[in-house]
Amino acid sequence: MNNRVINWFKFASPASFYPVAGKLVPLFWILAAVFGLAGLWISLFVAPTDAVQGDGYRIIFVHVAASWMSMFIYVVMAAWAAVGLIFNARLSAMMAQALAPTGLIMAFLSLWTGAFWGKPMWGTWWIWDARLTSELILLFLYVGFIALQASIDDPRRADKAGAIVALVGVVNVPIIYFSVIWWNTLHQGASVSLSKSPKMATTMLWGMLLMALCFWMYSIAVALQRARAIMLEREAHTDWAKQLAQVGA
Amino acid sequence: MNWGSPSAFFHMGGYALYVWGSFGVCAVGMALEVLQVQRRRKRILKTLQRQALADHFDQETL
Repeated sequence: MNNRVINWFKFASPASFYPVAGKLVPLFWILAAVFGLAGLWISLFVAPTDAVQGDGYRIIFVHVAASWMSMFIYVVMAAWAAVGLIFNARLSAMMAQALAPTGLIMAFLSLWTGAFWGKPMWGTWWIWDARLTSELILLFLYVGFIALQASIDDPRRADKAGAIVALVGVVNVPIIYFSVIWWNTLHQGASVSLSKSPKMATTMLWGMLLMALCFWMYSIAVALQRARAIMLEREAHTDWAKQLAQVGA
Repeated sequence: MNWGSPSAFFHMGGYALYVWGSFGVCAVGMALEVLQVQRRRKRILKTLQRQALADHFDQETL
Protein backbone atom coordinates (compact mmCIF):
# COMPACT_ATOMS: atom_id res chain seq x y z
CA MET A 1 0.00 0.00 0.00
CA ASN A 2 2.90 2.24 0.68
CA ASN A 3 3.88 2.71 -2.95
CA ARG A 4 0.59 4.54 -3.61
CA VAL A 5 1.56 7.33 -1.24
CA ILE A 6 3.25 10.24 -2.98
CA ASN A 7 6.55 11.05 -1.39
CA TRP A 8 6.08 14.78 -0.80
CA PHE A 9 9.61 15.18 0.49
CA LYS A 10 10.79 14.43 -3.01
CA PHE A 11 9.37 17.82 -4.06
CA ALA A 12 11.32 19.58 -1.34
CA SER A 13 14.35 19.66 -3.61
CA PRO A 14 14.53 22.40 -6.26
CA ALA A 15 15.67 19.88 -8.91
CA SER A 16 12.39 17.97 -8.70
CA PHE A 17 10.09 20.90 -7.88
CA TYR A 18 11.34 23.02 -10.81
CA PRO A 19 9.59 20.94 -13.54
CA VAL A 20 6.46 20.49 -11.38
CA ALA A 21 6.18 24.26 -10.94
CA GLY A 22 6.67 24.64 -14.69
CA LYS A 23 3.62 22.43 -15.31
CA LEU A 24 1.52 24.26 -12.68
CA VAL A 25 2.19 27.80 -13.97
CA PRO A 26 0.02 27.58 -17.16
CA LEU A 27 -2.79 25.96 -15.17
CA PHE A 28 -2.92 28.89 -12.75
CA TRP A 29 -2.72 31.40 -15.62
CA ILE A 30 -5.78 29.79 -17.21
CA LEU A 31 -7.67 29.88 -13.89
CA ALA A 32 -6.69 33.53 -13.35
CA ALA A 33 -7.92 34.44 -16.86
CA VAL A 34 -11.25 32.61 -16.45
CA PHE A 35 -11.97 34.10 -13.00
CA GLY A 36 -10.72 37.50 -14.17
CA LEU A 37 -12.97 37.66 -17.23
CA ALA A 38 -16.01 36.51 -15.25
CA GLY A 39 -15.17 38.88 -12.39
CA LEU A 40 -14.63 41.89 -14.68
CA TRP A 41 -17.87 41.13 -16.55
CA ILE A 42 -19.86 41.06 -13.31
CA SER A 43 -18.12 44.00 -11.65
CA LEU A 44 -18.26 46.35 -14.66
CA PHE A 45 -21.40 45.25 -16.52
CA VAL A 46 -23.74 43.09 -14.45
CA ALA A 47 -23.53 44.60 -10.96
CA PRO A 48 -26.05 47.47 -10.69
CA THR A 49 -25.12 51.05 -9.82
CA ASP A 50 -25.08 51.55 -6.04
CA ALA A 51 -27.94 53.67 -4.71
CA VAL A 52 -25.69 55.77 -2.46
CA GLN A 53 -22.19 55.54 -3.89
CA GLY A 54 -23.06 55.53 -7.60
CA ASP A 55 -20.62 53.77 -9.92
CA GLY A 56 -17.65 54.77 -7.79
CA TYR A 57 -18.25 51.76 -5.57
CA ARG A 58 -16.97 49.50 -8.39
CA ILE A 59 -13.47 50.23 -7.07
CA ILE A 60 -14.13 47.75 -4.25
CA PHE A 61 -13.99 44.85 -6.72
CA VAL A 62 -10.25 45.34 -7.19
CA HIS A 63 -9.63 47.02 -3.83
CA VAL A 64 -10.96 44.12 -1.74
CA ALA A 65 -9.21 41.50 -3.89
CA ALA A 66 -5.85 43.31 -3.61
CA SER A 67 -6.27 43.89 0.14
CA TRP A 68 -7.18 40.30 0.90
CA MET A 69 -4.24 39.02 -1.16
CA SER A 70 -1.79 41.44 0.46
CA MET A 71 -2.63 39.98 3.89
CA PHE A 72 -2.99 36.37 2.75
CA ILE A 73 0.32 36.36 0.83
CA TYR A 74 2.08 37.72 3.91
CA VAL A 75 0.75 34.84 6.05
CA VAL A 76 1.75 32.27 3.41
CA MET A 77 5.17 33.91 3.04
CA ALA A 78 5.70 33.82 6.82
CA ALA A 79 4.61 30.16 6.91
CA TRP A 80 7.12 29.21 4.17
CA ALA A 81 9.79 31.23 5.97
CA ALA A 82 9.00 29.39 9.23
CA VAL A 83 9.23 25.99 7.52
CA GLY A 84 12.54 27.06 5.99
CA LEU A 85 13.84 28.20 9.36
CA ILE A 86 12.73 25.11 11.31
CA PHE A 87 13.69 22.40 8.81
CA ASN A 88 16.52 24.37 7.19
CA ALA A 89 14.81 23.69 3.86
CA ARG A 90 16.15 25.87 1.07
CA LEU A 91 13.13 25.46 -1.23
CA SER A 92 10.79 26.83 1.47
CA ALA A 93 13.00 29.90 1.83
CA MET A 94 12.95 30.34 -1.97
CA MET A 95 9.12 30.19 -1.94
CA ALA A 96 9.00 32.91 0.73
CA GLN A 97 11.41 34.99 -1.34
CA ALA A 98 9.29 34.47 -4.47
CA LEU A 99 6.08 35.61 -2.74
CA ALA A 100 7.41 38.87 -1.28
CA PRO A 101 7.37 41.05 -4.44
CA THR A 102 3.85 39.85 -5.35
CA GLY A 103 2.67 40.69 -1.82
CA LEU A 104 4.34 44.08 -2.08
CA ILE A 105 2.47 44.82 -5.31
CA MET A 106 -0.83 43.71 -3.76
CA ALA A 107 -0.25 45.96 -0.72
CA PHE A 108 0.57 48.85 -3.04
CA LEU A 109 -2.56 48.22 -5.15
CA SER A 110 -4.65 48.01 -1.98
CA LEU A 111 -3.41 51.43 -0.83
CA TRP A 112 -3.65 52.95 -4.30
CA THR A 113 -7.20 51.79 -5.00
CA GLY A 114 -8.08 52.73 -1.41
CA ALA A 115 -6.91 56.28 -2.08
CA PHE A 116 -9.01 56.37 -5.26
CA TRP A 117 -11.95 55.25 -3.14
CA GLY A 118 -11.23 57.69 -0.33
CA LYS A 119 -11.06 60.80 -2.53
CA PRO A 120 -14.61 60.67 -3.94
CA MET A 121 -16.26 58.93 -0.96
CA TRP A 122 -14.53 60.49 2.05
CA GLY A 123 -13.05 63.61 0.45
CA THR A 124 -9.42 62.67 1.10
CA TRP A 125 -6.76 60.53 -0.61
CA TRP A 126 -5.20 59.57 2.70
CA ILE A 127 -5.88 59.68 6.42
CA TRP A 128 -3.89 58.26 9.34
CA ASP A 129 -6.68 55.89 10.22
CA ALA A 130 -5.86 52.53 11.91
CA ARG A 131 -6.79 50.42 8.86
CA LEU A 132 -4.85 52.53 6.39
CA THR A 133 -1.83 52.92 8.64
CA SER A 134 -1.56 49.20 9.43
CA GLU A 135 -1.81 48.38 5.70
CA LEU A 136 0.99 50.89 5.06
CA ILE A 137 3.06 49.09 7.72
CA LEU A 138 2.40 45.84 5.83
CA LEU A 139 3.82 47.46 2.69
CA PHE A 140 6.92 48.51 4.67
CA LEU A 141 7.27 44.97 6.05
CA TYR A 142 7.39 43.61 2.49
CA VAL A 143 9.95 46.27 1.55
CA GLY A 144 11.97 45.46 4.67
CA PHE A 145 11.93 41.72 3.94
CA ILE A 146 13.07 42.23 0.34
CA ALA A 147 15.71 44.83 1.24
CA LEU A 148 17.14 42.76 4.09
CA GLN A 149 17.45 39.65 1.93
CA ALA A 150 19.06 41.66 -0.86
CA SER A 151 21.60 43.19 1.53
CA ILE A 152 23.02 39.86 2.80
CA ASP A 153 25.39 38.11 0.41
CA ASP A 154 25.20 34.61 1.87
CA PRO A 155 21.79 33.31 0.72
CA ARG A 156 21.31 30.94 3.66
CA ARG A 157 21.95 33.71 6.17
CA ALA A 158 19.67 36.02 4.17
CA ASP A 159 16.95 33.34 4.41
CA LYS A 160 17.27 33.19 8.18
CA ALA A 161 17.27 36.95 8.69
CA GLY A 162 14.32 37.36 6.30
CA ALA A 163 12.39 34.60 8.05
CA ILE A 164 12.69 36.38 11.39
CA VAL A 165 11.40 39.64 9.91
CA ALA A 166 8.53 37.77 8.24
CA LEU A 167 7.58 36.00 11.47
CA VAL A 168 7.77 39.09 13.67
CA GLY A 169 5.76 41.08 11.12
CA VAL A 170 2.97 38.52 10.89
CA VAL A 171 1.50 40.04 14.07
CA ASN A 172 0.50 43.01 11.90
CA VAL A 173 -1.94 40.94 9.82
CA PRO A 174 -4.58 40.44 12.57
CA ILE A 175 -4.07 44.10 13.49
CA ILE A 176 -5.03 45.11 9.93
CA TYR A 177 -7.98 42.73 9.93
CA PHE A 178 -9.42 43.78 13.30
CA SER A 179 -8.38 47.46 13.09
CA VAL A 180 -11.90 48.48 12.03
CA ILE A 181 -13.30 46.82 15.18
CA TRP A 182 -10.63 47.79 17.69
CA TRP A 183 -10.39 51.44 16.71
CA ASN A 184 -12.76 54.07 15.49
CA THR A 185 -11.84 54.23 11.82
CA LEU A 186 -13.02 56.15 8.82
CA HIS A 187 -12.65 52.89 6.93
CA GLN A 188 -15.84 50.86 6.99
CA GLY A 189 -16.14 47.49 8.76
CA ALA A 190 -15.99 44.14 7.00
CA SER A 191 -18.75 43.63 4.41
CA VAL A 192 -18.00 39.92 4.18
CA SER A 193 -17.21 37.77 7.18
CA LEU A 194 -17.13 34.06 7.89
CA SER A 195 -19.53 34.27 10.81
CA LYS A 196 -22.25 36.56 9.45
CA SER A 197 -24.19 36.73 6.21
CA PRO A 198 -22.72 39.31 3.81
CA LYS A 199 -24.07 42.85 3.98
CA MET A 200 -24.30 43.30 0.22
CA ALA A 201 -26.27 42.30 -2.86
CA THR A 202 -25.55 38.82 -4.24
CA THR A 203 -24.27 40.02 -7.64
CA MET A 204 -21.82 42.39 -5.94
CA LEU A 205 -20.67 39.57 -3.68
CA TRP A 206 -20.10 37.32 -6.69
CA GLY A 207 -18.10 40.01 -8.45
CA MET A 208 -15.94 40.44 -5.38
CA LEU A 209 -15.36 36.70 -4.89
CA LEU A 210 -14.50 36.15 -8.57
CA MET A 211 -12.05 39.07 -8.59
CA ALA A 212 -10.48 37.76 -5.38
CA LEU A 213 -10.11 34.30 -6.96
CA CYS A 214 -8.55 35.90 -10.05
CA PHE A 215 -6.01 37.82 -7.92
CA TRP A 216 -5.33 34.64 -5.95
CA MET A 217 -4.65 32.51 -9.04
CA TYR A 218 -2.60 35.33 -10.56
CA SER A 219 -0.48 35.50 -7.40
CA ILE A 220 0.19 31.75 -7.45
CA ALA A 221 1.09 31.81 -11.15
CA VAL A 222 3.46 34.75 -10.99
CA ALA A 223 5.05 33.67 -7.68
CA LEU A 224 5.71 30.18 -9.06
CA GLN A 225 7.33 31.72 -12.14
CA ARG A 226 9.51 33.87 -9.92
CA ALA A 227 10.29 30.83 -7.73
CA ARG A 228 11.52 29.00 -10.85
CA ALA A 229 13.87 31.88 -11.67
CA ILE A 230 15.11 31.98 -8.06
CA MET A 231 15.72 28.20 -8.10
CA LEU A 232 17.94 28.57 -11.18
CA GLU A 233 19.76 31.60 -9.74
CA ARG A 234 20.55 29.89 -6.47
CA GLU A 235 21.27 26.45 -7.92
CA ALA A 236 23.34 27.76 -10.84
CA HIS A 237 26.35 25.72 -9.72
CA THR A 238 24.47 22.40 -9.80
CA ASP A 239 24.29 19.87 -12.62
CA TRP A 240 20.52 19.94 -12.97
CA ALA A 241 20.50 23.71 -13.53
CA LYS A 242 23.38 23.50 -16.06
CA GLN A 243 21.67 20.73 -17.98
CA LEU A 244 18.42 22.71 -18.13
CA ALA A 245 20.16 25.70 -19.65
CA GLN A 246 21.79 23.57 -22.36
CA VAL A 247 18.45 22.31 -23.61
CA GLY A 248 16.99 25.80 -23.17
CA ALA A 249 14.16 24.55 -20.96
CA MET B 1 -26.24 45.33 -18.61
CA ASN B 2 -26.71 48.77 -17.17
CA TRP B 3 -24.97 51.02 -19.71
CA GLY B 4 -26.92 52.76 -22.48
CA SER B 5 -23.84 53.56 -24.58
CA PRO B 6 -20.07 53.04 -24.60
CA SER B 7 -19.55 56.65 -23.52
CA ALA B 8 -21.81 56.11 -20.49
CA PHE B 9 -19.67 53.07 -19.64
CA PHE B 10 -16.43 55.05 -19.81
CA HIS B 11 -17.99 57.95 -17.93
CA MET B 12 -18.81 55.63 -14.97
CA GLY B 13 -21.49 57.96 -13.63
CA GLY B 14 -18.94 60.73 -13.07
CA TYR B 15 -16.46 58.46 -11.29
CA ALA B 16 -14.37 57.73 -14.40
CA LEU B 17 -11.06 58.99 -12.92
CA TYR B 18 -11.46 56.93 -9.75
CA VAL B 19 -12.79 53.71 -11.26
CA TRP B 20 -10.39 53.63 -14.23
CA GLY B 21 -7.56 54.93 -12.07
CA SER B 22 -8.04 51.89 -9.83
CA PHE B 23 -8.66 49.19 -12.44
CA GLY B 24 -5.99 50.66 -14.74
CA VAL B 25 -3.23 50.77 -12.15
CA CYS B 26 -4.05 47.18 -11.10
CA ALA B 27 -3.69 46.04 -14.71
CA VAL B 28 -0.46 48.00 -15.23
CA GLY B 29 1.02 46.78 -11.93
CA MET B 30 0.34 43.16 -12.77
CA ALA B 31 1.62 43.52 -16.36
CA LEU B 32 4.87 45.08 -15.11
CA GLU B 33 5.33 42.30 -12.56
CA VAL B 34 4.92 39.63 -15.24
CA LEU B 35 7.43 41.42 -17.51
CA GLN B 36 9.91 41.72 -14.64
CA VAL B 37 9.64 37.97 -13.85
CA GLN B 38 10.11 37.05 -17.52
CA ARG B 39 13.19 39.29 -17.75
CA ARG B 40 14.60 37.71 -14.58
CA ARG B 41 14.14 34.23 -16.08
CA LYS B 42 15.83 35.19 -19.37
CA ARG B 43 18.74 36.73 -17.48
CA ILE B 44 19.49 33.61 -15.41
CA LEU B 45 19.10 31.30 -18.45
CA LYS B 46 21.60 33.41 -20.37
CA THR B 47 24.04 33.29 -17.46
CA LEU B 48 23.70 29.50 -17.24
CA GLN B 49 24.24 29.10 -20.99
CA ARG B 50 27.33 31.31 -20.88
CA GLN B 51 28.62 29.27 -17.94
CA ALA B 52 28.03 26.01 -19.83
CA LEU B 53 29.92 27.39 -22.84
CA ALA B 54 32.83 28.40 -20.62
CA ASP B 55 32.92 24.90 -19.08
CA HIS B 56 32.92 23.42 -22.58
CA PHE B 57 35.93 25.53 -23.68
CA ASP B 58 37.72 24.65 -20.45
CA GLN B 59 37.46 20.98 -21.25
CA GLU B 60 38.68 21.47 -24.83
CA THR B 61 41.86 23.29 -23.84
CA LEU B 62 42.78 20.70 -21.20
